Amino acid sequence: MPLDSTDLGRRKVATMPEPVRQETHTIAVLVDNEPGVLARVIGLFSGRGYNIESLTVAETDPEGKVSRITIVTTGTPMIIEQIKAQLGRLVPVHTVSDLTVDGPSVTREMALVKVAGTGEKRVEALRIADIFRARVVDSTNESFVFEIVGQTSKLNAFIGLMQPLGLVDLARTGVVAISRGAQGL
Amino acid sequence: MAYDQMTGAKIVIQALIDQGVTDVFGYPGGAILPVYDELFQQNHVRHILVRQEGGAVHAAEGYARSTGKVGVVVVTSGPGATNAVTGIADALMDSVPLVILCGQVPTHLIGNDAFQECDTTGVTRPVTKHNYLVKSTDQLARTIHEAFYVARSGRPGPVLIDLPKDVQFGTGPYLPPTDVVHKTYRPKTRGDRQQIEQAVAMIAEAKRPIFYCGGGVINSGTRACDLLTEFVQMTGYPITLTLMGLGAYPASDRQFLGMVGMHGTYEANLTMHGCDTMIAIGSRFDDRVTGRINAFAPDALKIHVDIDPSSVNKNVMVDLGIIGDVADVLEQMIEVWKARGYQSDKRALDTWWKQIDHWRGRNSLAFLQSSEVIKPQYAIQRLYELTKGRDDVYITTEVGQHQMWAAQHFKFEKPLHWMTSGGLGTMGYGLPAAMGVQLAHPGALVVDIAGEASIMMNIQELSTLSQYRLPVKVFILNNEYMGMVRQWQELLHGGRYSETYMSSLPDFVKLADAYGAVGLRAEKVDQLDDVIKEMISVNRTVIADIRVDKAENCFPMIPSGAAHNEMLLGPADQAEQPISEDGMVLV
Repeated sequence: MPLDSTDLGRRKVATMPEPVRQETHTIAVLVDNEPGVLARVIGLFSGRGYNIESLTVAETDPEGKVSRITIVTTGTPMIIEQIKAQLGRLVPVHTVSDLTVDGPSVTREMALVKVAGTGEKRVEALRIADIFRARVVDSTNESFVFEIVGQTSKLNAFIGLMQPLGLVDLARTGVVAISRGAQGL
Repeated sequence: MAYDQMTGAKIVIQALIDQGVTDVFGYPGGAILPVYDELFQQNHVRHILVRQEGGAVHAAEGYARSTGKVGVVVVTSGPGATNAVTGIADALMDSVPLVILCGQVPTHLIGNDAFQECDTTGVTRPVTKHNYLVKSTDQLARTIHEAFYVARSGRPGPVLIDLPKDVQFGTGPYLPPTDVVHKTYRPKTRGDRQQIEQAVAMIAEAKRPIFYCGGGVINSGTRACDLLTEFVQMTGYPITLTLMGLGAYPASDRQFLGMVGMHGTYEANLTMHGCDTMIAIGSRFDDRVTGRINAFAPDALKIHVDIDPSSVNKNVMVDLGIIGDVADVLEQMIEVWKARGYQSDKRALDTWWKQIDHWRGRNSLAFLQSSEVIKPQYAIQRLYELTKGRDDVYITTEVGQHQMWAAQHFKFEKPLHWMTSGGLGTMGYGLPAAMGVQLAHPGALVVDIAGEASIMMNIQELSTLSQYRLPVKVFILNNEYMGMVRQWQELLHGGRYSETYMSSLPDFVKLADAYGAVGLRAEKVDQLDDVIKEMISVNRTVIADIRVDKAENCFPMIPSGAAHNEMLLGPADQAEQPISEDGMVLV
């Protein structure tokens, strides 16, 4: 029997969940800097199937032994809410702040970009680096290492331009973010 | 202030004493020997030697859930810890407060693949509320007191402490519990005032309301259960309870509609489906309760009270989420209800109750009685009837059909008398849990309602029962099948009973004898009452092998992927409404 395509289509519409908006959020988490705390956070994301686009962590208060974790994640609004609630539930977590919704914020990422080449390509790389305000932090006769700081989109653009000019190695820090204004976390 | 210096092992015992611990469940081994040596030399903390670490954790769960106290487990490193994992995961899912003390190889050997080494904190991280690896005896007292605090505060759960052997031998300061304050962990217990006002106004305006309450009420304490009963009766609204919530509201009360969910009553599920206001308290919209999520209570304004912010809006988006302890929030709600002089809408409520009573009239728990074969539901009903007069009856269960029949046909008037593995669904839970319950309530009648498959999973604990003379009654509904799996195979897999028939079962009467227990058997309806009566009257461990109808299925049932108003009430419906393909892939 031939398949009735209209019927098939209708059935699909009925069973397919409605398309839900995916959002990207930057979340800052203050945690006790104790063994296993990062594993707890990462395990939460992998165990519950959440996305991690980027994650950075470093101690920010050595005396109080507090570290700050910045996570960029993508999900439906319901999932984002869950992520924040689940993070807040971890015992060593002090504060969870969604920098994407809690007012304006500054986000920055750094990359070290190694470009190898000679002649015109080398000159072009340097020229573009200048436009992007990337600094040269290492140089040999056939390579540069650029340090570039900015928003993720700026880094992506720079890296894209370096690709044909001999990009051989790349290291990125992931995003750190902080809210604008006088208020602390 | 200078603190007393003592060895790590002594600190463990002192901390347990100061936390009010009188009983611990465990199994010794190389890495936990110093603690066992200290246990030997004191008389404050009693140790119950189980036969496998899994049994220790379930026993501590039973102990905790029947007393409201924190259950304590002591096990050794490596296999001791990994055997405990199932029970720990079970306690996390059902929010049972436990502290698990676990031996570990000495700190200098950690990471060396030493004998009986296992990355215990790594393995248990996703199944504990929190865990610790203690690296210095200086931190030990603080860690243990913190662990007890974390285990019982907020949404309760299991907390594991990994104790390297050198930390147990080493010397450090002993801090009393009063000197230990957790740095950050302060769960919110009072509800937001404005939200409470809003919630009570919504509740008062309801035309077709329902209270849908769960294990969170019981975890909040008996005060919470009393307040719930008060509030529900004040409003005159219907109430349903989840599997974990049974006992939070008296089952004999007219306003109680029975259990909700996959094997809940027709009236509870239809009331949930048709309500205009749902007041969810200490329940978590589990998939076993909601059925198909996009058809769940479509017209309802939903209010959700929970102490765990991550439970709110997890499976179902609600209109008002209140974070707080159930007892506190209920107290606030009652206060507002009285202060504002709210009244339920009597006329709307009368119409609603008429509808509910019509649904109730379907008598969805009915089954075809036989004059020969024992129907499993009938066995539970008789057990209930013959123990009804006593207020010291505690029921534990394993997992499967017998568990659902117990939940449907045994009526609980009070909290803390019903122990079952709800979230994780752990076969083998009931026998060790009953052991823990019996230990906490020496004179009580503790019955493990079991299936013949589940009971085999922790059968070794009969030996523990015998050692401590714990007169637990094991009431096996024996149908020689893994009944619930067989039922699903019948409904979903064309009756191909793949590996669900148990051949070579032990003779349970002889087995009882071998373990120093009393074995009884009922094969016909007319033997049932005598066996139950004898089981109750004998002051020893009893295994009652109740041979029940092998083909009986558990109804009513919301098939997976179906909505509350698409219940199967019995075998006739089953033939009429085949389960959808979408439903088949669900669990």
